[in-house]
Amino acid sequence: MAGKSLSTGKSLGPIRRAFAPWNDPAAKPFIQFQNVTKSFGDFTAVDDLSLNIYEREFFALLGPSGCGKTTLMRMIAGFEEPTSGHVMLDGQDLVGVPPYRRPTNMMFQSYALFPHMNVWDNIAFGLKQDGMPKADIATRVDEMLALVKLEKFAKRKPHQLSGGQKQRVALARSLAKKPKVLLLDEPLGALDKKLREETQFELIDLQVKLGMTFVIVTHDQEEAMTVADRIAVMDQGKIVQIATPAEIYEQPNSRYVADFIGDINLLEGHISSTEGGVTTLDCDGTGAKVQVNQDGGAKLGDRAWFAVRPEKVAISLSPPVDPSVNAVTGEVWDIAYLGDVSIYHVRLATGATVKATITNTTRLVERPITWDDKVWLTWSGDGGVVLTR
Amino acid sequence: MRRGASWFNVTSITLGFAFLYLPIVLLVIYSFNASKLVTVWGGFSTKWYVSLLTNQGLLDAAWVTIRVALLSATLATVLGTLAAIALVRFGRFPGGTLFSGMVYAPLVMPEVITGLAMLLLFVAIGFARGFWTLTLAHITFSMCFVAVVVQSRLVTFDRSLEEAALDLGCPPFRTFFTITLPLILPAVVAGWMLAFTLSLDDLVISSFTTGPGATTLPMKIYSQVRLGVTPEINAICTILIAIVATGVIIASIVTKRREVERQRAERLAIQGV
Amino acid sequence: MALTNSSSGHSRLRWLVVAIPYLWLILLFLAPFLIVVKISLSATAIAMPPYQPALDFSAGLGVLWQQLKELSFDNYVFLTEDALYWESYLSSLKIALISTFLILIIGYPIAYGMARARKEWRTTLLMLVILPFWTSFLIRVYAWIGILKPEGLLNQLLLSVGVISEPLNIMPSTLAVYIGIVYSYLPFMILPLYATLEKLDETLLEAAADLGCPPIQAFWKITFPLSLPGVIAGCFLVFIPAVGEFVIPDLLGGSDTLMIGKTLWAEFFSNRDWPVSSAVAVVLLAILVIPIMLFQNAQKKASE
Repeated sequence: MAGKSLSTGKSLGPIRRAFAPWNDPAAKPFIQFQNVTKSFGDFTAVDDLSLNIYEREFFALLGPSGCGKTTLMRMIAGFEEPTSGHVMLDGQDLVGVPPYRRPTNMMFQSYALFPHMNVWDNIAFGLKQDGMPKADIATRVDEMLALVKLEKFAKRKPHQLSGGQKQRVALARSLAKKPKVLLLDEPLGALDKKLREETQFELIDLQVKLGMTFVIVTHDQEEAMTVADRIAVMDQGKIVQIATPAEIYEQPNSRYVADFIGDINLLEGHISSTEGGVTTLDCDGTGAKVQVNQDGGAKLGDRAWFAVRPEKVAISLSPPVDPSVNAVTGEVWDIAYLGDVSIYHVRLATGATVKATITNTTRLVERPITWDDKVWLTWSGDGGVVLTR
Repeated sequence: MRRGASWFNVTSITLGFAFLYLPIVLLVIYSFNASKLVTVWGGFSTKWYVSLLTNQGLLDAAWVTIRVALLSATLATVLGTLAAIALVRFGRFPGGTLFSGMVYAPLVMPEVITGLAMLLLFVAIGFARGFWTLTLAHITFSMCFVAVVVQSRLVTFDRSLEEAALDLGCPPFRTFFTITLPLILPAVVAGWMLAFTLSLDDLVISSFTTGPGATTLPMKIYSQVRLGVTPEINAICTILIAIVATGVIIASIVTKRREVERQRAERLAIQGV
Repeated sequence: MALTNSSSGHSRLRWLVVAIPYLWLILLFLAPFLIVVKISLSATAIAMPPYQPALDFSAGLGVLWQQLKELSFDNYVFLTEDALYWESYLSSLKIALISTFLILIIGYPIAYGMARARKEWRTTLLMLVILPFWTSFLIRVYAWIGILKPEGLLNQLLLSVGVISEPLNIMPSTLAVYIGIVYSYLPFMILPLYATLEKLDETLLEAAADLGCPPIQAFWKITFPLSLPGVIAGCFLVFIPAVGEFVIPDLLGGSDTLMIGKTLWAEFFSNRDWPVSSAVAVVLLAILVIPIMLFQNAQKKASE
């Protein structure tokens, strides 16, 4: 299915743009974690966590290894039981239901294709467990083979397939039973970068087309941002932030999230004013004032950090009109030329480094700004956020 | 340090294998010796093999040995496989340390101790010694070898295969028979073969635990060896070696061919054919 | 991570998987040892079975205390009085220790050569090591009788070449026992050694060479320390059974070759003194219990 979209002609825009059940107070959550804790001996993998996932949502659990995201998914599948709390699916309490009786299916990180069965038998395996009539199984398996474009490979054993083909067999196998929820455990981790990017878009197409709920576990922030309707960023068994990819990127709620996703500059200081929908932060050392169009989130006198993405920082050789607000000055310490963009590392008087990303819109013959230049960095009042944790 | 032939490695391998094989080769050669004196070559002859066929005592012992070996190997394989699963999958259960101790101890336990202990058990409970006590003893020590062989396969077994089966609606019991067992089968078969040959070969434990009417081939050979070396024993030893060697060589050729085929298929898959 | 599951059928099944082999081993492996201990504490009798029962549990707990007081340690005292026994123990330990060392020296180069052989050769070589291991122990020892005995093949060869004028008395003797043990137990050493050496990452040696370490030094500083788990496993696998070896000293050894397995066998089958042979077994086990436990720990670690 490489290269070609599964859906016919129309873009997914209308479907994806209108979909936001999490903003609708009347919407019923499909998967619910209620105060779930999971401990392994002394180690708490999931810590008093509550979470709602909605029907037809493509939901991503994102975090570093050991943050509890895999354990969370395995509790939906039934491979782990919560130490305390409840996991509900479609109004039914899943606690105590063994994995083989749950209406969920999982695509494993290792694919877990049965090596002694061919592709056809692998896909038919789950259907046979339900005692489906033979003819129906055959129809369904052929349908799934067509869906992942592997009709010609039905008789092959898993070791006779390439990595991408294995991934598609695993996907077909987990979709064959039409589960209420499809769980994807680092599903694209074993593929090379190019194939991975193609497959991400295919997964979205597939999810919209089948109208299923997908939950994906990944440590790859780009992957989560590409495929998911919402992302839950996890750290040490807790959810730090749940939001759409854009919100997570533009309005991180903590330094942890800001730092985990993308590149970020942090300037530390204290809140000196919160009046009129504008929060003002006085930076330590430089005394620079940061004014952000932000209402709430910080109280007068709080320790806080101004977080701004490098691409939202402008760099200039001449001072701005008002150098006392939303501007700092320093010397160019280093320049990383990445082709499409250049990243300037600017050393402030305090010793801190602030990064600014400049798009290389013209062919670069001579840099207008170069090493050791004294420069000004500026940003707009909507460029960043003030964080208190 | 490149892999491949260096004079040191070639020499040590050659000498090592000569040491391992020369005595066996000589034994086989002298089983075809026409002379009654085992160590004096008197021309080629197969008469000792013919005389074996008329030696009723040896034939009876061989029959007992094979029955004990088949029965004990089969039961030891079942018990040993269960023990391996218990060791690998349910590592922490009450008395788990004692259990793993009892599995590993027979591997190194001097046979005289195991033999004596089992005999005393059978005497203490008043179990008439013979075919059945022999079989029970053989099951007990060979199941531990099976357990170790199967365990080493289970340790590297990808658990997500079983989880995938459960996830697709297959209950645990059925998962074991449709997924786990077929995949660990080579190790189980290897375990059976090991248990079979261990039982076939055993002298010390058998001598302790057997009773009237259940003399095994090794016991028969041992009592004759004590009287002196005869070409007839060379002949029977040669037959035993031939049987075992054929079994092992066939098994390893089958495994190797399968492995080669698998690798070829993987190469083709990577090339995208 | 354990597969936790609350369905009752599954947990009953789980329980059975553990219970069946567990009970089997308790009844047929552990219980016999307790009986050995019990009989080693009872007095000899001329009867069948040839011992007087001690600790008859059927008599009830009240009598048990009385019986406990009557337990006799005579058999153990007897072991210390007769030089035959402690000399047998010492001689067994000495023979096993020297043999283990010899096997390590002989086995290491072979295992090393195998691990360094070309990949397509390695499985064949491995099979060739395993093959004698599958053939009967008794047959392999028997094969040496034909070679080592006074009119055997070795003496014939040496006489015909003219190296010696009189046949050497290699068998029966303790030297023949060493040859037999080294020969029979060699595969037990080669296999674990090969397993660790084969896994050794070759880039480590390249790194050592890159950092200026010559090959011989690299062997002692890199290869050997990393192969230690194999060395330890191999030594245990050879040493422990060799201490209690019976067949080899019985067939190849002379009357002056003392080994405890032989002594126990004679005590049991010739003297029919079951309590004393039980005491011999208990002491042997006590000597071996530390190496056996070390071996088990190593096994457990390797399997985890």
